[in-house]
Amino acid sequence: MIKIKNLTGGYHNHHPVIKNLSLHVKKQDFFGIIGPNGSGKSTLVKMMSGVLPFDSGEIYIHDYSIQKYSAKALAKEIAVLSQHNTQHFAFTVQETVELGRYAFKEGFFRTETQKDQEIVTRVMKSTGIDSFGHLTLDQLSGGERQRVLLAQALAQEPEILILDEPTNHLDLAYQKELLDLLKNNIESEELTVVAIFHDLNIASLYCDQIMLLNDGEIVLNDAPETVLRPKQINQTYHTEVERFAHTTLAKPQIMLKPSKDKQRKQKIQINQTLLKIKEEHIILKSPIPLRTMSSGVLNSGLGWYKHFINRHVDNKYNIKDYKQDMCHYLKQSSLKESETVAMMTAAQLENVGISEIETGDFSLLVVVTAGVNNAIDASLGEKHEFKLIPGTINTWIFVSGKLTEEAFLQSIVTATEAKTIALRELNVLDQLTQTLATGTSTDSILVAATQEGAQLEFGGPITPLGSQIGKAVYQTTKQALENYYGNIKSNDS
Amino acid sequence: MQKPSIQIFLQTKSIITYLILIALLLSAIILGVSIGTVNIPLRDILTIFKGFLFNVNLPEEISMHENIIMKIRLPRVIIAGLVGASLSLVGAAFQGLLRNPLADPFTLGISSGASVGAVMTIFFGISIPFLNIYTLPLASILASFITLIIVLTFARKIDKAMRVETIILTGIVFSSFLSALISLMITLTGEELRQIIGWLLGSVAMRGWEHVLIILPFFIVGSLVLLFNARELNAFSFGEEQAKHIGVNVERQKMIILIAGSMLTGAAVSVSGVIGFVGLVIPHFIRLLFGPEHRSLLPKSMIIGAVFLIAADLVSRIIIQPQELPIGVITSLIGAPIFALILIRQNIKGARNS
Repeated sequence: MIKIKNLTGGYHNHHPVIKNLSLHVKKQDFFGIIGPNGSGKSTLVKMMSGVLPFDSGEIYIHDYSIQKYSAKALAKEIAVLSQHNTQHFAFTVQETVELGRYAFKEGFFRTETQKDQEIVTRVMKSTGIDSFGHLTLDQLSGGERQRVLLAQALAQEPEILILDEPTNHLDLAYQKELLDLLKNNIESEELTVVAIFHDLNIASLYCDQIMLLNDGEIVLNDAPETVLRPKQINQTYHTEVERFAHTTLAKPQIMLKPSKDKQRKQKIQINQTLLKIKEEHIILKSPIPLRTMSSGVLNSGLGWYKHFINRHVDNKYNIKDYKQDMCHYLKQSSLKESETVAMMTAAQLENVGISEIETGDFSLLVVVTAGVNNAIDASLGEKHEFKLIPGTINTWIFVSGKLTEEAFLQSIVTATEAKTIALRELNVLDQLTQTLATGTSTDSILVAATQEGAQLEFGGPITPLGSQIGKAVYQTTKQALENYYGNIKSNDS
Repeated sequence: MQKPSIQIFLQTKSIITYLILIALLLSAIILGVSIGTVNIPLRDILTIFKGFLFNVNLPEEISMHENIIMKIRLPRVIIAGLVGASLSLVGAAFQGLLRNPLADPFTLGISSGASVGAVMTIFFGISIPFLNIYTLPLASILASFITLIIVLTFARKIDKAMRVETIILTGIVFSSFLSALISLMITLTGEELRQIIGWLLGSVAMRGWEHVLIILPFFIVGSLVLLFNARELNAFSFGEEQAKHIGVNVERQKMIILIAGSMLTGAAVSVSGVIGFVGLVIPHFIRLLFGPEHRSLLPKSMIIGAVFLIAADLVSRIIIQPQELPIGVITSLIGAPIFALILIRQNIKGARNS
């Protein structure tokens, strides 16, 4: 579609802005251009749209040199949506869009044809501006005005649409709306889109191909996964970013970190003094948000949370919308839903097992509540019917230390293994299969870390962290189970 | 797609609008020829026009009026109308081209440039044999085009974005300088003074048919060119770059519009001198009423510009009878406050946008 060969030109202080640049944009691609300020993005795009001459090299549109196109012929191939367009005169939306048909006017009087009208109507509908065709541009919001200008560009029926920071000045919803609209047009109108982006994450979400430009030269021109890597971004932008995965899409995202986080004078330690144990719940309130990986009723998965609650419910608890019920309960206990990880158990909370371990590098607090009347042998789980019964062994592990994601996962594995050993030693049986139980049907686990101090890279059973977790979880689970059995006996006698 | 009935309705509405505007113009012309030191009743005027058209001999008492109307008032009114139409049209076109609601032949300094050209021709007694009476307007046109190019180049040098205020400021600087040049020439000349002073103040007094002949060819060519560039002017209103994206051959069309504008301004100034603010007030007024779309703005500005200047000339004739006020005084008295008003609104809008 667009081929650029050895392009050089655009002068700034006697130096060319674009230096010997070659590239190829394929038909129906969403082609993103990123790069730091002054890297030549706008200059390149202006050359591609024919408004800026260049010194050497060539730009081909459909295999014809761009210089061979007349203004009108080029307007039928390429339309441009620029980032800002101040307008002193109050044109109506309809007039603005109709202007996009300029290049198609032929004959001496250049009258409006039926086809012009149809296209104008169609693009106004597809951009969602047909309802305010009679309004003037100054009566519209920034997002609406941008859509009107997009409609004008689409009225040109271009093969290529060039955008210079299309989402500048637009709020979140309009950004998404505009880009979704473009994405649709790529499919339905066989459009090719070339766009400059400042926001790397948006570029990653929408582009098929991204070109990273620096100082007028291509650093990388590849799929988003290849281009958006911290090393290249850091080198080109001279900053510090981290990469992470989008939570629901296979698209890389880039994260900025403020260089100076406020340094706390005293290291925060999560210990027993933060725990409040009552008959109806156990609550731990941390002074700072903790990096948490958990399973449970509310806010399970990965996140940052300050409050942790393990709520006791009756054995016969049977509320369908248990999440709603838990939210309600949090409100009663004046805890914020957004800051709290919540679990449920039918076990008696007075049987709780607690242990603390301190090493030079980190400290641990492990809290376990246990009841095993629905103990299960995990290898024979399919013999049991699927039923959600409030969790019966809930394990909380608080680490005052800094864990990698890997360490979080390994800690959970280590803790689960240690729990199984505790069950085996007390000879807890799966009532159905009469084999040794490995846990209960609805166990929950939580690992939360302050993310301060020395980094703990691994959590396997013989690592400094894993070995302590293994020991502590084993002891605490055993203690909780002994309390449980002890209470049953004392109740019996 | 607009429903056919709506389209027909819009067309009808547009036809009615033009009928009203033309009726206004005709009334202005008739009032313009009828009122003066001697008031001539409408019936007599119609008889005279009829007599003129069908070559009928007129009764004695009316044929006395015929001279006043056909030799003095009618050419004067027509000149006022042509000058008003020219200046308004150029104002509207330049405003669209430069995206600047304050642009107008006067504020850009082009009128002063044109009058320097005219005054120099008279001052040095230049007359190119082949051109005869057209020496004066051609000198004006050339001078106005040169001034225009210099003003725009200068404004671009100062401020690449060519903000509204920059262009106007540049225009004022050049305008002051050129007016001083004219004053200098007036001081240096003795007897030509009376003829020359008209260029500074602007007047359509004592203009005859030969002046109509001078302005007419330039008026026809210039206004047709501008009217045919209405779509391009719509595109230019969105910025030169955007105009290019839409498919306008920017450099060529811009040059054509600038030349046509200079032609109209130069020809107008060569018959009437510097009449300020017409090209500013009228398009602004039309835009408020009918919107900025140039296919409607340009012709409507022309008609109302003609009406406005005929009316202003009428007022200048009768307000301090038997003396006459220069017409430029009237237009400036109305135009300057409106200029200020637009400037204030512009800045409020600018502040809101940024």
